[in-house]
Amino acid sequence: MPLVDVQGVSKVYQRDSLSIPVLDAVSFAIETGEFLALMGPSGSGKTTLLNLLAGLDRPSAGRIQISGEDITQLKSKRLAAWRSRHVGFIFQLYNLIPVLTALQNVELPLLLTPLKRAERRAHAETALRVVGLEDRMHHFPRQLSGGQEQRVGIARAIVTDPTLILADEPTGDLDARAAQEILELLVRLNREYHKTIVLVTHDPHAAERASRSLHLEKGALLEQTRAGMPAGGAS
Amino acid sequence: MTRTTLVLANLRRRLRRTILTVLGLAVALFLFVSLRTFLHTLQTLGDVGSESRLVISNKLGIVFPLPLAYRARVAGMDGVHTVSHASWFGGTYGDGRSFFASFAVDPDSYFSLYPEIVLPPEQRAAFMADRTGAVVGVKLMERFGWKLHQTVTLRGTIYPGDHAFTIRGVYTAGKKGFDQGSFMFHHRYLEERTRDQGGAGLTGWYVLGVTDPERAPGIARTIDAWYENSSAPTRSQTEKAFNLAFVGLYGNIGFFLNAIGMAVVFAILMVAANTMAMSARERFSEIAVLKTLGFSDGEVMRLVVIEALVISLLGLLLGLGAAMLVFNIVQFDLGGFVPGLSVTPQIAAIGAGVALLIAVASGVVPAWQAGRLRVVDALRYTA
Repeated sequence: MPLVDVQGVSKVYQRDSLSIPVLDAVSFAIETGEFLALMGPSGSGKTTLLNLLAGLDRPSAGRIQISGEDITQLKSKRLAAWRSRHVGFIFQLYNLIPVLTALQNVELPLLLTPLKRAERRAHAETALRVVGLEDRMHHFPRQLSGGQEQRVGIARAIVTDPTLILADEPTGDLDARAAQEILELLVRLNREYHKTIVLVTHDPHAAERASRSLHLEKGALLEQTRAGMPAGGAS
Repeated sequence: MTRTTLVLANLRRRLRRTILTVLGLAVALFLFVSLRTFLHTLQTLGDVGSESRLVISNKLGIVFPLPLAYRARVAGMDGVHTVSHASWFGGTYGDGRSFFASFAVDPDSYFSLYPEIVLPPEQRAAFMADRTGAVVGVKLMERFGWKLHQTVTLRGTIYPGDHAFTIRGVYTAGKKGFDQGSFMFHHRYLEERTRDQGGAGLTGWYVLGVTDPERAPGIARTIDAWYENSSAPTRSQTEKAFNLAFVGLYGNIGFFLNAIGMAVVFAILMVAANTMAMSARERFSEIAVLKTLGFSDGEVMRLVVIEALVISLLGLLLGLGAAMLVFNIVQFDLGGFVPGLSVTPQIAAIGAGVALLIAVASGVVPAWQAGRLRVVDALRYTA
């Protein structure tokens, strides 16, 4: 059974009297330990699909099962609790809390766990060590470079040891070198820590680091590419 | 890192704004508590007045005197057991800027009518034996740092000139709320010193002890009828009514003070609500991030309300603390007949209630907005 099973998911936004279809009967599956890239032009529905996988939005039709649980049926409060346990989210603009230090930012999701204060701190320190920021723990986001901020964002995403890491264009706001470092970190998380990662990106070079790519256009899934294979295999 | 860390970090985000909001709340709560305290004190002024004592003053106003000749006739009335009289002196001490009540009394009758004035017997005897002696309330003694047997000179405002008195007695209050800040001396001294200023044969007001409070209204009507067509018509009323009328000199002060208090609270509520709304609006993307991490709508709402509560609590501590410092510790009082002001537990509780109301009212809208915030929309704004 796949870790993520997306079946016939559609999403239509309602703007006043206008219906705007964004996703159209998308179906695919993700196996545990996969590193999947979601590609497509702007407005193709990549981020919408990622938000649906994170339980941040609800599909207009279809079903999303993650670890056997249909998250489209969960009520808001249970969905929030589910998200805290199963999803680590990496934002394009890092979205760190500016008044908290790197360590505190990483500790934030652990406030929702039953861990004790000292345990939370130990977990957060470990996560920051994994991303190579053990010497920046007490720095505030404004004292970090963009690449370092994104590393903190990644540490925050992995600190709860989630089932799924969802990254929304995590290199979109970085220079080439920092972007490369972030991609290498994601690859390492996938290979060394067996994290299942879904990466939304415009960048074909970034997508090359994934084990599989899905291409979206106008809300429809066009093709999938496996690492080392030319594009063309339909889903 | 705890939820408290998060709340405090958010409050420190715009420290100047938080401090100004807290100070605004503190000033508003200080004013509110002070006004309530003042109002409460004025109300107790009526309560300390006795219903078995009648006060007879000039119908034209308390500043106009009455002839001492009325005393014998009034004293002979059925139902009246004691008659005393007193005159407002209006003396000042030192630089003359600190107001306090000073008046001349007919001591024997006055002290027997006012058992609330607690004076050691030997001091009373010393006062009776010295025509230039004075009896001073313990609070006034503390205020000016006077000592027993000290000679103090008051400057007359109604009766010009310097008047030296030796403090022969220090009284305390035998009843809660009774004034302890007055300066009393012999009426005979006043008459002698003011004979050439037209003060002879006159007094400011009479105080009558009646045997039965139920007969007081009838006695008052009789006295007023006697002197209705004289050159000094009287107004007779129970001491309680007299005190309340004294308060009434300020007009409908209760309504006025309450209205100011409520206006202050309402104004600060608007300010606090605006601050909280601004603070939450600025952080919509961060609230969306918290929700993405798994914070529920209720959890996010709680964080916003707790911020409002912390701000209100700090404002309450400062405002109420300042009021208690001024009134209960420094014991600021208005002098005159108005007893010392004191923040009662009830007033403190009302202040705390107002602070809680401000917290909830100012926090509820931004909390509700934060709770219903859709993560996808909020993140799209910032992207």
